[in-house]
Amino acid sequence: MDEKRLAELSEISRKIRVGIIDAVYSASSGHPGGSLSIADLLTYLYFEKMNIDPEHPDDPDRDRLVLSKGHCAPGLYSALAHRGYFPVEDLKTFRKTTSYLQGHPDMKHTPGVDMSSGSLGQGTSVSCGMALSCLKDGRKNRIYAILGDGETEEGQVWEAAMFASHYHLSNLTWIVDLNGLQIDGPISEVMDPAPHEDKFRAFGWNVVHADAHDFNSLEKAFSEVVAPDRPGVIIQHSVKGKGVSFMENNVAWHGAAPNAEQYEIAMRDLGER
Amino acid sequence: MADKIATREAYGKALEEFGAVYPDLVVLDADLAAATKTGIFKKAYPDRFFDCGIAENNMIGVAVGLSLTGKIPFASSFAMFAAGRSFEQVRNSVGYPHCNVKIGATHAGITVGEDGATHQCCEDIALMRTIPGMVILNPADGVEARLAVKAAIEYKGPVYLRFGRMAVPYVYGDDYKFEIGKASVLADGDDVAIMATGIEVEQALAARELLAADGVSAAVVNISTIKPLDRETVTAMAKKCGAVVTCEEHTVIGGLGAAVCETLAETCPVPVLRVGVDDVFGRSGPAKELVSYFGLDAAAIADRAKRATALK
Repeated sequence: MDEKRLAELSEISRKIRVGIIDAVYSASSGHPGGSLSIADLLTYLYFEKMNIDPEHPDDPDRDRLVLSKGHCAPGLYSALAHRGYFPVEDLKTFRKTTSYLQGHPDMKHTPGVDMSSGSLGQGTSVSCGMALSCLKDGRKNRIYAILGDGETEEGQVWEAAMFASHYHLSNLTWIVDLNGLQIDGPISEVMDPAPHEDKFRAFGWNVVHADAHDFNSLEKAFSEVVAPDRPGVIIQHSVKGKGVSFMENNVAWHGAAPNAEQYEIAMRDLGER
Repeated sequence: MADKIATREAYGKALEEFGAVYPDLVVLDADLAAATKTGIFKKAYPDRFFDCGIAENNMIGVAVGLSLTGKIPFASSFAMFAAGRSFEQVRNSVGYPHCNVKIGATHAGITVGEDGATHQCCEDIALMRTIPGMVILNPADGVEARLAVKAAIEYKGPVYLRFGRMAVPYVYGDDYKFEIGKASVLADGDDVAIMATGIEVEQALAARELLAADGVSAAVVNISTIKPLDRETVTAMAKKCGAVVTCEEHTVIGGLGAAVCETLAETCPVPVLRVGVDDVFGRSGPAKELVSYFGLDAAAIADRAKRATALK
């Protein structure tokens, strides 16, 4: 990727992070940590990789994304807003009673959201159904799902992993956001799902790794993850809370909103002040 | 045409028949295709049949993904697993986004028979009723089962279809018109209205004969759409007869009886007695024997009907 494009994507991801903090701060609740850890991934997908058009959000041939870790809705909303699906200003209505920006993604009311999600594990199966259908129809699109690392403790994830491999869903890519933290603490202490690589390989998947905060690394991973006859998974090594100093690698920011003072620090960290 | 057919058998045949008409129709099963009868569809359309293995929760999600990409998926398993194990998948992935997914649940109720309590789902109607926007169809015979499948295909949105394992006699002829949300009055009467669903329609019609011999005039209403309930017909028949008995192969908690009581409490409060599985688990035994053992047979209904009229 050339320097100019790298700079452009970096600026977009910075804005997406600002949107995440604005949304969570306005709502006085929400999940900033895991949203920030996938901000660069969402930037890469929505601004570089995916074949989508905000003017035609229902195009049957579009690429689709299921945010299986639906609590990271602020990240998805901010990416969609900056991509042009709805006004960026609306991010400040997040979680408000009359807003279409629900606490977890609601496909019926939010343009660009391909699947309602939030109950962990369920998006993985939905992505399999989408991939199976598109593959059978001979469509050229790709189906993506973003999973939390803690989410892989859900049994349904592995039912879906088995299914995807059995039906050779080569148009399916999952991204596991390996930030190492879940609500109750480090994943290694709560219920260690490691080793992800060995598990996915045993389930018949093509496995690649990426640095979640390096667009060149993401680009390489998305290119290498595609295999002719089987699904692929990118294990992206990320920093929970990435970009906001006091949130980084701090489990307390899984599901908490900053106060006014913290908001100012976050904005400064993100170059808005 | 045989005298009797299980609604699951009619379901499998209907899938095969309508598979020819609707190219987007696809069928999923969780390693029970031989029992749910989706195997009939599988044989005719192997490319549109997807076995998901023994993993019902994933199957429901896969059906959602298929529906979001233009397919009309029927996901099949026993009611115990489709509605019970996968309740939250149905609630959050099917119900909340109002996806065009059809759940074909067979082996509902105690007439599963010898397999016993773990496989006898008497809670599925109650569970499915709580999901906003979920349509619940519980056909009474082979004719109605076929038409319910057709109606579900043509309806846009989630539908839960409940089928039985045990063969039941035909109630309807080929001229029957089925419509989602419409109850049908099978026999008129003046003293008590028996409102039945599924296999209990047969028992209700037999109970009507027993009652007639004792000078009690009973109407029989088949309520095959449990949600949305035909409030108009339920209310009209309650008004006409002044007493109601509901009959279902399901717990008396949260099923047809509950739905009828909830409606009549608001529209026409008359005595309602409920025939159903009385807040107990099922048990092993021949299906027909179990119908009597659990107090779901014609004699039990007739007895309840007399008690209902006495409460007027």
